[in-house]
Amino acid sequence: MLEVKNLYCERDERVLFEHFALQINPAEVVQIIGQNGSGKTTLLRILCGLSDAYEGELLWKNQAIAEVSRDYYQSLLYVGHLSGVKGSLTAEENLQWMVQLDSSLNKCTIAEALKQVGLYGFEDVPCHSLSAGQQRRVGLARLYLSSAPLWILDEPFTALDKQGVSEKEALIAAHVAAGGTVILTTHHNLVIPNQTVRYIDLDKAA
Amino acid sequence: MNFFYAALKRELLIAFRHRSDIINPLAFFLMVAVLFPLGVSPDPEFLSEVAAGVIWVSALLACLLSVDGIFRSDYEDGGLEQMLVSSESLWVMVTAKVLTHWLISGFFLTLISPLVAMMFFLPESAYFSLMASLLLGTPTLSLMGAIGAALTVGLRKGGVLISLLVLPLYIPVLIFGSGTVQAGAMGLPIQGYIALLAALLVFSLMLAPFAIVAALKISVRS
Repeated sequence: MLEVKNLYCERDERVLFEHFALQINPAEVVQIIGQNGSGKTTLLRILCGLSDAYEGELLWKNQAIAEVSRDYYQSLLYVGHLSGVKGSLTAEENLQWMVQLDSSLNKCTIAEALKQVGLYGFEDVPCHSLSAGQQRRVGLARLYLSSAPLWILDEPFTALDKQGVSEKEALIAAHVAAGGTVILTTHHNLVIPNQTVRYIDLDKAA
Repeated sequence: MNFFYAALKRELLIAFRHRSDIINPLAFFLMVAVLFPLGVSPDPEFLSEVAAGVIWVSALLACLLSVDGIFRSDYEDGGLEQMLVSSESLWVMVTAKVLTHWLISGFFLTLISPLVAMMFFLPESAYFSLMASLLLGTPTLSLMGAIGAALTVGLRKGGVLISLLVLPLYIPVLIFGSGTVQAGAMGLPIQGYIALLAALLVFSLMLAPFAIVAALKISVRS
């Protein structure tokens, strides 16, 4: 459903991708692997329309993403390197805003999502006084809320504890089992129960 | 429309959680106004002559000082990226942000401006023209300043650049703004000045949000 054709991207006069092609199908987990600086985040940002520094074609359901951007963004959940969580707002206020931004965050209530990520009892605490892992959890609560078919996750497990990681892996498995697609980068050993992970190695792409 | 209120509510909530952001421009405005007579001359006749210019210049600088940070925290914590990948309109979010900036800077400045006018022995007949000119002029300052802030948000040291970008745009507002107050102090009609300030406001209200959205996209995507 998502297709990249003939992608060319250079950064600081270093070619990251040349003649790079990628086809993402429904109901699969795609893990982008590669060394630091190999362009994993750059690729995900290009896929999300957050970077213009490339040449090539991006297709969503066989149409150019720029032309169907509204439909594309409604089907997309992007969790970036930066969590998008505002320190001066509480976990609940942050999620309320995210739900406003993204109408596909409608699977359960905010209170339910916060309980799922283990922040029950912390919903009234400003996020700047939460730990790094807890702040990450606020951002990842969107995964419980989201009914968007395509998830693009950039290093979602940073600062999470072991239990948090396995919960998110189970969540990804459930999402894929329901026909969703996940594209992610991580340096963890990804174990998705009952699903095979497709690897895209960027070290070989350049 | 609901989305606009939600965005406005969030911005106001953030602003009130960071009280220093509200107090800073006001304190700057008051400090310039208090220090100026001490540094130059406390002579009432002299002060009432320069009052219009000094009050307008300090309001303009207070606005410029605070507009720099309008998109900074959203850029740094990734909130801006989330706004760009949202199917909601960035235009609405930007308008809510600028409105909030104006409410906590320009609007409060307008409210306390009679106090400063009193310290400068501005004739009472000019109070109305002062407040009217600030009320119409400061939103234009916020809108134009936000264009500069959006262009420089991705740069590590945007502070100097934003002044260079925005100051030329501020000059007409300053000229007509202080002109309004001077005309008011001399008992001349101010309708012409007010109309020009209102025209500048309508013009920037129409075009600035689009420029801000485009500039933000450039800043994030490059």
